[in-house]
Amino acid sequence: MVRAAAIAAEVRDPEMPMLTLADLGVLRDVRQRGRTVVVTITPTYSGCPAMATMRDDLVHRLADAGYDARVEVALTPAWSSDWITERGRQALRDHGLSAPGPAPSRTGPIPLSLLPTARAVTCPRCGSVRTDLTSEYGATACKALYRCADCLEPFEHVKEI
Amino acid sequence: MTDHSNAYDGLLEHHDVAGDSSQWAFGTDFEDPLAGVDTTVPDDVDPAALATYCLMLGDDALVMSHRLGEWCSRAPDLEEDIALANTALDLLGQARLLLARAAAADPSVVPVLPEGSPVPAEDALAFFRGPGDFRNVRLVEVPNGDFAHTVARLLLFATVRLALLTRLAGSRDPVLSAIAVKGVKELTYHRDYAGRWFLTLAKGTEESRRRLLAALEDVWPLHPEMLATHPVEAAVAALGVGVDPAEVRDEVDAVLEQVLTASDVERPERGALAGVRGRTGRHGLHTEALSRLLAEMQVVAREHPLGQW
Repeated sequence: MVRAAAIAAEVRDPEMPMLTLADLGVLRDVRQRGRTVVVTITPTYSGCPAMATMRDDLVHRLADAGYDARVEVALTPAWSSDWITERGRQALRDHGLSAPGPAPSRTGPIPLSLLPTARAVTCPRCGSVRTDLTSEYGATACKALYRCADCLEPFEHVKEI
Repeated sequence: MTDHSNAYDGLLEHHDVAGDSSQWAFGTDFEDPLAGVDTTVPDDVDPAALATYCLMLGDDALVMSHRLGEWCSRAPDLEEDIALANTALDLLGQARLLLARAAAADPSVVPVLPEGSPVPAEDALAFFRGPGDFRNVRLVEVPNGDFAHTVARLLLFATVRLALLTRLAGSRDPVLSAIAVKGVKELTYHRDYAGRWFLTLAKGTEESRRRLLAALEDVWPLHPEMLATHPVEAAVAALGVGVDPAEVRDEVDAVLEQVLTASDVERPERGALAGVRGRTGRHGLHTEALSRLLAEMQVVAREHPLGQW
């Protein structure tokens, strides 16, 4: 069982393969139920199209190691970018992505924000803090696009949610 | 020389598939999005009412998602193309969960497909119901119009839906509550996106302001329907499972006022679009735009009810 948990923890996110599912924070549980290993994952966003691939990768990696695995979904608690581990954040930076800051925590009605989202983003390539948001949306639901004003390189920032 | 009837035989000959199956892509089969989630309906709740309520919220998201998806490759620039597609994807995800929740609560709402069909329940609901069975508000089904129309509609839609889902997070149905908590995070930036573009277009050029004001006049009469209480909504709200839209009117009003004031735009005076003998989108009464939308959205699935994708 310890081995099954270790195998599941090393399966990688199909869209950000520098992160394991454990580092991304979507791997919620691995446990034995009878002869089956049940792995529980949670979606990052409601429409996350990578869920099916994660499930299949988990089932096949575990099958390769001789386990009969099934994947279940946990919708609650909802995933937060705060769940990305420190190792995951370092892996993002090592691959030229900016890691998310603390996710907003709110109670009560959510205020409307008519100004661009303000973040202190550091360029993952040169370390400059002079960075500009170019698009709040990127190639996947979880990323915004930035540009460094010093080294001029564009880079992706994983959003706080 | 080896003769193969198809290319895959050749591949299989040289690779031990069983030994390393992970080299193959398996990501295309169906899977229950609520696998492992306890979908037991609370004891005192009528499963049919809960299912209908889920269809209302799910159909709003599904149809809005489809309209936003129509912008793909046609938006004013690449950033907006991606933004609208991202928003569409979030809403499609919400729709999938809500339709799956409807099917789990009351399987009798799911259209019956031919024996052997691999189509999962939420897809059967999306692709095999006619317009009269859709419970979405008419706001989401009318054609996109120009970018200003899409911004104005998305502002009204996301403002009401965010207010609804914020309260729905406290639902006694744990599945609806979980879907709502996730949806709130997403609708927060959908509403911000629409609000920012509303302000930009209103304060932009004479032409952008002209288009925005025309768009607002057009879509404004459609939004009160999202705030009107259908008997099913009243019933599930009374049990603490759903939300009575009338409860969020003041909150919606305050947010819209904030955007209108910042944009220096007068609140439109046009009243709500009338229903037909009291029936509106929530009752399955739609504009002909929905029939056209569904014809396009559903045609492939309906042609191949036994299809494997």
